[in-house]
Amino acid sequence: MSRSDKHIDEVSGVETTGHEWDGIRELNNPLPAWWLWVFWVSVAVAIIYWVLLPAWPMVTTNTIGILGSSDRVNVANDMAALEAKRGAMWQQLTSVPLESIESNPALLEFAQKAGGVAFGTNCAGCHGSGAQGAKGYPNLADDVWIWGGKLADIQQTIRFGVRSADPETRQSQMPSFGRDEILTKDQINDVVEFVTTLSGGEANAEAAERGRTVFAEQCTVCHGDDGKGNRELGAPNLTDQEWLYGSDKATLYETVFYARRGVMPAWHERLDDPTIRALAVFVHTRGGGE
Amino acid sequence: MRAHPNAVSPQAVSDEGNFAAEGVHRSDATAVNKANTRTLYKNREPVYPKLVHGTFRRAKWAFMILALAVYYILPWIRWPRGGNAPDQAVLADFANARFYFFWLEIWPQEVYYITGLLILSALGLFFVTALFGRVWCGYACPQTVWTDLYILVERAIEGDRNARIRLAKEPWSVSKLTKKLSKHIVWILIAAATGGAFIFYWHDAPSTFFGLFDGTAPLSAYLFLGILTFTTYLLAGHAREQVCIYMCPWPRIQAAMTDAHSLAVTYRYDRGEPRGPHKKGQDWSNRGDCIDCNQCVAACPMGIDIRDGAQLECINCALCIDACNEVMDKVNRPRGLIAYDTDLNITNRLAKKPSTYPFVRPRTVLYASVISIVGAVMLFSLLNRVDVQLNVIHDRQPPFVMLSDGSVRNGYTLKIVNRAGMVRNFAIEFDSPVPLSLKLVGAEKDADGLLQAEVEPDGVRELRIYAVAAKGDVKTNSFPVKIRVRDTQTGVIADSAQVFLARK
Repeated sequence: MSRSDKHIDEVSGVETTGHEWDGIRELNNPLPAWWLWVFWVSVAVAIIYWVLLPAWPMVTTNTIGILGSSDRVNVANDMAALEAKRGAMWQQLTSVPLESIESNPALLEFAQKAGGVAFGTNCAGCHGSGAQGAKGYPNLADDVWIWGGKLADIQQTIRFGVRSADPETRQSQMPSFGRDEILTKDQINDVVEFVTTLSGGEANAEAAERGRTVFAEQCTVCHGDDGKGNRELGAPNLTDQEWLYGSDKATLYETVFYARRGVMPAWHERLDDPTIRALAVFVHTRGGGE
Repeated sequence: MRAHPNAVSPQAVSDEGNFAAEGVHRSDATAVNKANTRTLYKNREPVYPKLVHGTFRRAKWAFMILALAVYYILPWIRWPRGGNAPDQAVLADFANARFYFFWLEIWPQEVYYITGLLILSALGLFFVTALFGRVWCGYACPQTVWTDLYILVERAIEGDRNARIRLAKEPWSVSKLTKKLSKHIVWILIAAATGGAFIFYWHDAPSTFFGLFDGTAPLSAYLFLGILTFTTYLLAGHAREQVCIYMCPWPRIQAAMTDAHSLAVTYRYDRGEPRGPHKKGQDWSNRGDCIDCNQCVAACPMGIDIRDGAQLECINCALCIDACNEVMDKVNRPRGLIAYDTDLNITNRLAKKPSTYPFVRPRTVLYASVISIVGAVMLFSLLNRVDVQLNVIHDRQPPFVMLSDGSVRNGYTLKIVNRAGMVRNFAIEFDSPVPLSLKLVGAEKDADGLLQAEVEPDGVRELRIYAVAAKGDVKTNSFPVKIRVRDTQTGVIADSAQVFLARK
């Protein structure tokens, strides 16, 4: 706009921008002083920042700044500081025998807290946030243990897993009685009737009687003559009220026909020793620990 | 910024020529908020309050000394508590999550005491505002107290109103520079002491004081020292009345606290008008008592004219009352041309009706009774405070566990708070309509069949406890239980009402 367009507003005495909308003109007031000050101070701060701290991206790297600050180094230092901070208790988790952790109130509280955090991160996905389990994933809060509920048993299970790739894993293989044609469908139906009677369920007496013979031939090796299972072999107790996959006959049929082979990873590959011990204590103190 | 064409210089000095009586001068002071000088955008008109003498000025000095003394001295009072507890009488110890007030030690769980204190303070403020108007603003508000202190310094270095106005107009000289510089240095020192004293409420005062100098004080201490030094210097030294007018929400809010009977600093125009200059020996009949000397305006720290009536800017500091009384004494008229009064009374007097000052009104009765109730509740709770507390969380997931023999187990997390300065042993008991067998993680029952747990002095212990109900005993899906911890030595009890959840 040329100077000849210069227009002074009559009321305020201020020059306008020269734009006009239906007779309305915009005053060309200068920016407020405080605003300009904030702007220039920000500019100054930005320049100081460039000099002191990492700022400008280069082709393969970036400007470092004369303070030499680095977020990578800071994170490493923070991690080291964290290790140092929880050091003594953390060390103690591994240095004392597993069984004595629970008789030391301070260490117990520490282990439960640390174990609780590790459980929430690593275990809750399958076993549930309260260790209550789900279909196919054992409830860790009750008193039923497939592989044993002592601290050492729990630790062993966490460390090496169940049917994991680890050579020391908990291992049990129930045969797929139906799919592999070890038993006929009728025989499986009979054995299901019999197994139902073991935990006090209602069953066809005649079929159950036939099932008893099949059970004695095929199942007692692992589950025991009385059906109470065998922890050495990871064979569940069939006489209690707790069923990992369900106790209705259709589910039992499926279990016998195909067998169940749930897998738990070997956690020693991912978690360090103190964390596993804290986890063992956490699970053991959920209420069912032996 | 441009000066408004209508703006006049309100602070021109002309204290010459005596009139009305010996020692009475006319001031050219003009209210900075006169209607004809108001514009939407306006530079601040500097205010140079003149020193007055009188009842209210003395009251303000006394309150200022008291308030500042409490603020600066309180954190230095020692109060030995023994053990590892700090020996500072008033301390908000954030690092260890404790608040100390003389004999009281408040834990974060008891923050309701502080809530109660805030409620009482708010109601107290409502109460005095309903009775006497803005006494908080005029006497007690930190903005008023520190501004008053800063003006005291300004007056001591630069002189009273007229000298200050002259100095402001003078060209820069060594003497002016010295005065201005020393004023700002004293201001900044006061500001730093203010910020410093604030920090001592959060950290041990003596060690932090020396730590501030040798660099061992925490970073947050320097940060808050800096922030409060800056804000004190800015708000009390430079912003002053603008804080009350533009920043503070309270002047707007308190309109709701006052009514027609609430006292306010009032120019009694029924007595003062018609105003006009008065020569010594002239007759006082057919005219008002106001001699238009403007001393009330000159004294006002807000730079207003009380004779314009009640206005948002007036903080009711009553300095104009003192200024006017001084003049009234000299011209031999009765005091109280400006006084704590109400517009309602003025209207009444003009209508030949008597003035009334009803302090007992529904509003004040309501405030007083609510204050009494809240105060009584707090007092009762303080007197019945026990030094043990039990907090219980019932397991949320799973809400209950069915065991292999058909019995039902519930899990609870107990937090036992021991506020005493010694180790205490607590027995844990359940009151339940159904027999429960209890199991405490990490502890066995003792010979008497009691579950016991030791808790560190001034500490919290978290425990997991399991309660098992046998198969046939559970008749409902839930029943109430009461969990109780009992100090085995003193018998002090804390309990918590919980439920036991089950499936029939």
